[in-house]
Amino acid sequence: MDNIVGQRSALTWAVNFAVIFMVVLWTVPTFGLLVSSFRDRDQITTSGWWKSLVSSEQNIIVRSQEPEKNVKDGDLYVLEGNIFDATSGEVRAFGVNSREPMAFLPGAVAEMAKGRTMTVAENGDYRITSVEEMTGTRGIRIFATSVTPPKFTLDNYERVLFSEGIWRSFINTFTVTIPATVIPILIAAFAAYALAWMEFPGRALLVAAIVGLLVVPLQMALIPLLRLHNSIGIGKEYLGIWLAHTGFGLPLAIYLLRNYIAGLPREIIESARVDGATDFEIFRRIILPLSFPALASFAIFQFLWVWNDLLVATVFLGNTEEQLVMTGRLRELLGSRGGDWEILAASAFVSIAVPLLVFFTMQRYLVRGLLAGSVKGG
Amino acid sequence: MDQLLYASATIVIGVFGCVAYFFCSNLALDLIFPPRGEHAGRNINIANLIRPWLFLFPALALLGLYLVYPVFNSMWLSLHDATGRNWVGLDNYKWLFNDEKFRESMRNNFLWLIVVPAASTFFGLMAATLTDRIKWGNIAKSLVFMPMAISFVGASVIWKFIYDYRGAGEEIGVLNALAKVFGVAPQAWMTLEPWNNFFLMIVLIWIQTGFAMVILSAALRGIPEETIEAAVIDGASPFQIFMKIKVPQIWGTIGVVWTTITILVLKVFDIVLAMTNGQWGTQVLANLMFDWMFRGLDYGRASTVALVIMALVTPIMVWNIRNARREMS
Repeated sequence: MDNIVGQRSALTWAVNFAVIFMVVLWTVPTFGLLVSSFRDRDQITTSGWWKSLVSSEQNIIVRSQEPEKNVKDGDLYVLEGNIFDATSGEVRAFGVNSREPMAFLPGAVAEMAKGRTMTVAENGDYRITSVEEMTGTRGIRIFATSVTPPKFTLDNYERVLFSEGIWRSFINTFTVTIPATVIPILIAAFAAYALAWMEFPGRALLVAAIVGLLVVPLQMALIPLLRLHNSIGIGKEYLGIWLAHTGFGLPLAIYLLRNYIAGLPREIIESARVDGATDFEIFRRIILPLSFPALASFAIFQFLWVWNDLLVATVFLGNTEEQLVMTGRLRELLGSRGGDWEILAASAFVSIAVPLLVFFTMQRYLVRGLLAGSVKGG
Repeated sequence: MDQLLYASATIVIGVFGCVAYFFCSNLALDLIFPPRGEHAGRNINIANLIRPWLFLFPALALLGLYLVYPVFNSMWLSLHDATGRNWVGLDNYKWLFNDEKFRESMRNNFLWLIVVPAASTFFGLMAATLTDRIKWGNIAKSLVFMPMAISFVGASVIWKFIYDYRGAGEEIGVLNALAKVFGVAPQAWMTLEPWNNFFLMIVLIWIQTGFAMVILSAALRGIPEETIEAAVIDGASPFQIFMKIKVPQIWGTIGVVWTTITILVLKVFDIVLAMTNGQWGTQVLANLMFDWMFRGLDYGRASTVALVIMALVTPIMVWNIRNARREMS
C-alpha cells in the first residue's frame, strides 16, 4: 500500500534490519541469564556468557597435596597429584613462583630451591621431587595457565531446587496463585452481569466507581489491611493473601467482564427472558459459556500478576520456609548471594518458567484481554 | 503437599460457596416474593429491585473492604503516630516535606514519570509500525512482548547481571564488557549517581514496551484504509504517512497507553527494592513507603507517603472515569 515501487526493497531491508535489532536487544538480556544458568559456576565468574562456547583460558594457583605425604621413590622423595580436582582442563604453561607463572611448558622440568624439581603434564598431573624428605602440611604452590573446555551442567538447577529452598517456594507460590486466580472470577462475573444487563438505580455510578478503583495504588491498602488481618488473626495466613489478591483483582475482573458481557447480543438475552428464564438461569446457561474468552483473559492476567507479585506477598505472608514465595526468595538471594550468579540465574529461571509457559501458550487471550482492558476512548 | 491440598480445598469451598450463595439467595428471593399468586406483579417488581444487589453484594463487599476503606483509614492513620494510636495532627506531613529522602524520591519519581512512559510508548509505537510490515512480524512481536510475563524481581536479576561489575579480572556483565570494547573503564553502574536511576528505568521500559506495542498495533490496524490510500495517491512518503496520517488518528490510544504506564510507574517498587534498595540516590515513593512500613515500623509516616502516591494518581483516575462515562452515554 505505502510501498512505492522502487523504494520498496531498500525500505523492506531497513525495516527488517531494525526489527532484528530490536528483537535482539529485547531478548539478549534474558538469553544471557538463561545460558549462564547452565554454565559451570567457576566459568560464570571468569568469562562472559557470550564466550560460553569457546574454551576459557585462566591463570590458576593451586597447592599440591601436603608435603608430608611424599613417598620415597629410589633416592628421591616424590609428591604426585593432579591440579584439576573436580574440573577438567588442559595446562598451557606452568611456573613455580608468582614472578614467572608461565615460565615452563607442560612436561618441562622446573628446578626449585633446596634441590627440588617440579613438572606439570598437559593433563594437570604434577610431580614434585626432592632430595630430602619433605615435611609440613601446607601444599607447595603451583602456578598454571589452564584452558578449560566449555562446560554445561544441570547442577545449578539441582542445587537451587533441592538445597536452596526454591522447590519449596515453588509450591508456596502455587498455593498462593491458584485460589487467588479462581475465586475472583465467579464473584466478578456475577457483578459484571448485574452491571451490564440489569436495570437498577445507581448503575452508572457503580461502573464509574469500578473504573476509578482500577488505579487505586496498592500502597494505600497495605497498612490498613495488615492491621485488619492482624486483628482478626489471619495476618500471616494463606487465607489472608487469597482474600487480598481477590480484592485487588476485582476491579479489573469486573471491568473486563462487564465490557465483554455488555457486548453480547441483546436478542439472545431478551429472548431467554421472554421464555421465562430467571436472571440466575440466564447467567449460568448463556452468559458464562459465552464469556469464556473474557474469563480466560482475566484468569491469565490474574495468574501472571499474582505469580509475579512481591509486594502483597511480602506484606501478607511471612518469610518462613512454609510461606516464602518465589519472588520473595529471589529477592532474598539477591541480597544474600548477590555475586553467586549460578544460583541467581537458575533460581530466576525456575521462577519465570511458569509465567513464560503460560504466556507463550495463551498469548492470544492475553492480547485480547489487554485490548479489552485498555483501548477506550480511542 | 498438605499446603496444596489446603489450596485445592479452598478453591472447591470458594467456588461452591459462591455458587451456593448466588443460587440460595436467588431462591430465597423467589420464595419471599413469589412471581405468581395474587401479588405476582408487585412481587416481581420488588424482586427485580433487590436481585441486582444480590449479584453485586460479594464483589461490593470485597471492594469496599479491600480498596475503599483503606483510603479513608490511611487518611486517619496519616494523622497519627507510628503506632497508629496517638493523634499527632499534621506532624507527619511536616516531617515529610522536610525529609531529604522524600525530596529525593519525588525528584526520582518525576524522572521516572517523564522517561518511562515516553520511552515505552515510543519504542512500542516503533515496534508496532515496523512489525506490521514484515512477514515474521508476529514472532518479533511475541519476543518483544515476552518480558511482560517476567516478574519485576526476575527482570531485576536479569538486568543486574547485565550491569554486573567485577573490577578485577574479566568483566562478565554485558555493559561493562561493551564499555571495555569502546575503551571506557568498567563502572559499578548501580552506584553511579545520578545515572543509576536511568539504568533502573531501562528495566521497566524493557518490560512495558511490549504492552505499548500490542495496544498500539491494534489501534494502527483499526485506521481506515481510505485515509492512507488517499495520502499515497497524493504522493506522501511513508514517513509523512506515519507522522501526519496514522499518529493523529491514534492519539486517543497513545493517551491510554501513556496513562496506564504512568500509573504503573507511580507504583513501581520491586525493581528499586531488588536492585539498589533506594541507596545511591535511587529512592522512589513506593519504596520509601515500604521502608517506613517494614523497617521504620512507622504506620503514620508510611500512610502519609502512600497518600502522596494516591494524590498523584488521582488526576488520571478522574480522567479515566470521565472517558468511561463519555463512552457509556
